[in-house]
Amino acid sequence: MVRLENVAKTLSPRFALAPLSLDFAVGTTSVLIGPSGCGKSTVLRLIAGLVEPDSGRVMIGEQTLQPQNAQALRLRIGYVIQEGGLFPHLSAGANVALAARHLGRAQSEIKKRLDELCELAALPSALLARYPRELSGGQRQRVALMRALMLDPELLLLDEPLGALDPVTRHALQQDLKAIFTRLRKTVIMVTHDMGEATHFAGGLILMRDGKILQRGTIDDLSKRPADSYVTEFISAQRPPLGSAA
Amino acid sequence: MRALLAAAAFAVCTSGFAADTLTVGSKRFTESYILGEIITLTAQRAGETQAVHRPGLGNTGIVYAALTNGAIDVYPEYTGTIEREILKSTRPLDLDGLNRALRPLGLAAGVPLGFNNTYALTMREDRAQALGVRSISDLAAHPDIVFGLSQEFIGRADGWPGLKQAYALPHATPRGLDHGLAYEAIAASQVDVIDAYTTDAKIGRYKLRVLDDDRKFFPVYDAVLLYRADLPQRLPRTWAALSSLSGALDARRMVALNAEAELDGRSFTDVAKGFLGGRQEPARGGGFLARLFAPDFGRLAFEHVMLVSVSLFVAIVIGIPLGILAYRVPAARQWVLSVIGVIQTVPSLALFAFLIPLFGKIGTIPALAALFLYALLPIVRNTYSGLADIAPGLRESAIALGLPRGYRLRVIELPLASRAILAGVKTSAVINVGTATIAAFIGAGGFGERIAQGLALNDNAALLAGAVPAAALALIVHGGFELLDRWLMPAGLRDKAVSTSI
Repeated sequence: MVRLENVAKTLSPRFALAPLSLDFAVGTTSVLIGPSGCGKSTVLRLIAGLVEPDSGRVMIGEQTLQPQNAQALRLRIGYVIQEGGLFPHLSAGANVALAARHLGRAQSEIKKRLDELCELAALPSALLARYPRELSGGQRQRVALMRALMLDPELLLLDEPLGALDPVTRHALQQDLKAIFTRLRKTVIMVTHDMGEATHFAGGLILMRDGKILQRGTIDDLSKRPADSYVTEFISAQRPPLGSAA
Repeated sequence: MRALLAAAAFAVCTSGFAADTLTVGSKRFTESYILGEIITLTAQRAGETQAVHRPGLGNTGIVYAALTNGAIDVYPEYTGTIEREILKSTRPLDLDGLNRALRPLGLAAGVPLGFNNTYALTMREDRAQALGVRSISDLAAHPDIVFGLSQEFIGRADGWPGLKQAYALPHATPRGLDHGLAYEAIAASQVDVIDAYTTDAKIGRYKLRVLDDDRKFFPVYDAVLLYRADLPQRLPRTWAALSSLSGALDARRMVALNAEAELDGRSFTDVAKGFLGGRQEPARGGGFLARLFAPDFGRLAFEHVMLVSVSLFVAIVIGIPLGILAYRVPAARQWVLSVIGVIQTVPSLALFAFLIPLFGKIGTIPALAALFLYALLPIVRNTYSGLADIAPGLRESAIALGLPRGYRLRVIELPLASRAILAGVKTSAVINVGTATIAAFIGAGGFGERIAQGLALNDNAALLAGAVPAAALALIVHGGFELLDRWLMPAGLRDKAVSTSI
């Protein structure tokens, strides 16, 4: 579904993404994980066409992502960021329907889709009339997910979608999201720095550091056959210390 | 919107003068206002054409620019000013000499009105009579006479030092005295001689004798008409009437007319009518409220609001796209922002003096242009910064949704920047209400007309009658924009969002 071929990008004198190649198969959920500033969000932004690679290429399906076709390809991609990225001057419903309205979809079709998405995201449809600031953090992320799913994209890119939520809301949403992914069978690429969240969502983890991929594999691969000592260090740092209540 | 268009139409109508109209200018002091009125009334009475007075046109630079480009046809000027300030001549020129130098400029000077407004020494009439002093030479015979001279006069080479030498005066250099106090001092006989201008209004009031400058020490500032050379051919009957003013006004008479305006509080039109033998209105009341709501209040308020709203409207129409350009095209950003920033630093009178020759007009059009230019900066800056300050996450979310540029700008970015843009428009509007008072200096009307007259007449009530309504208008505009802010603001951006359901 998505393929990065020798993609390199220098963002600042201090940070560069080493030439890297990655493949994401249709219908799989993959998680990019690593410490802050490791380049995991940049990979996501490259796939969304928000930054252009210095060299190499990004393939979406059979097409190479280019400035000329980026706009059309984005209609096949849903993108959610940490704070949701909802437009504060539009109601939740208007946020979700924005792209469909722009494409001139019929009002009845939009209404039907909104109902479907409310059910899917477990959001009371009355909340669609509210402005983002009138919603709780968890509700906002549900709306953001609905907006990303509005045009039924093949690919879903989630950049720390639960990062700004309190633990209780976060846990509830983790459960719901996983159910949605399983039900929709979309290709999902998610960024997080939380090991627990990563293993909750994905069989396939990609651990990054300093713009490079350290290891790709399951949690078992990473803990039993670490590619280098940092992999072990990263995994153990996120495990609860021995003796503490799990 | 309709009101704005109507105001724009009015602006265009009032600024376009018919070709056969005589337009008279004057400068920003009492004597010039009165002479401008006298010229205008005389021209009207000739019955050949309409005559319009554009009073109080800033300084010599502005009124001269207005004359050379045909915005006005004639104004009262002084030979010394033509010689020094306009022709920059280093040697004295008589009227023929002036005209030889003016001819290549398409201008001419003529119709000496009969008085010379220059430096003079004055004495109380009774004291002068008792001592038998008629001229400055006579002072040499009275070494015990006490001088009370202004600091400026003592300091200038063409003041006391030169005068003392030219007349071989035996008196020691006196201490300087404030010019305002000098009149009180001479009235109380504490000093015998003070310096003054020959047509000071107070000369008549304090019964002072102007001593004859018999050795012709002081430069000559004969009052004449400075006019476009084609005027006599273009309007022969009007010109004949104006020529009849030659020698009609001696210094004593001019002093009396200045006093009528400055000390008796008569309007300039009224003083001019009195001089030309017409019916005079009773002197205006001194009460501030009466002055504030004088009959011209409605006209001045309309002119002021029109100047502000039309210039603001154009600044919005042009400023917001410029702000968008600065945001969208990084290469244009520095250019747009710095050029508009530089315009803001140009002093208003200098900008007017520059715009008058550009448009070939005085009055409403250059005033609107200047106000428009001053209104640009806050609008462009706030549009740019409002757009540039949108959170990167929001901007990228809009891109990631696959929305095209124009749609993003219209539906997402401009609404998000709307509060900043409106704040810029408000700043421009409030600043423009203040700046519009200066438009009166180039004949565009508004409350500034009263301020200009108040300054010229040293009349605080007139000054306040212009400044207070202008300040009130600024407050009203400010309040109006606060309401507009609440009304226009997208509900989701308000401080307290109003819930539309549940």
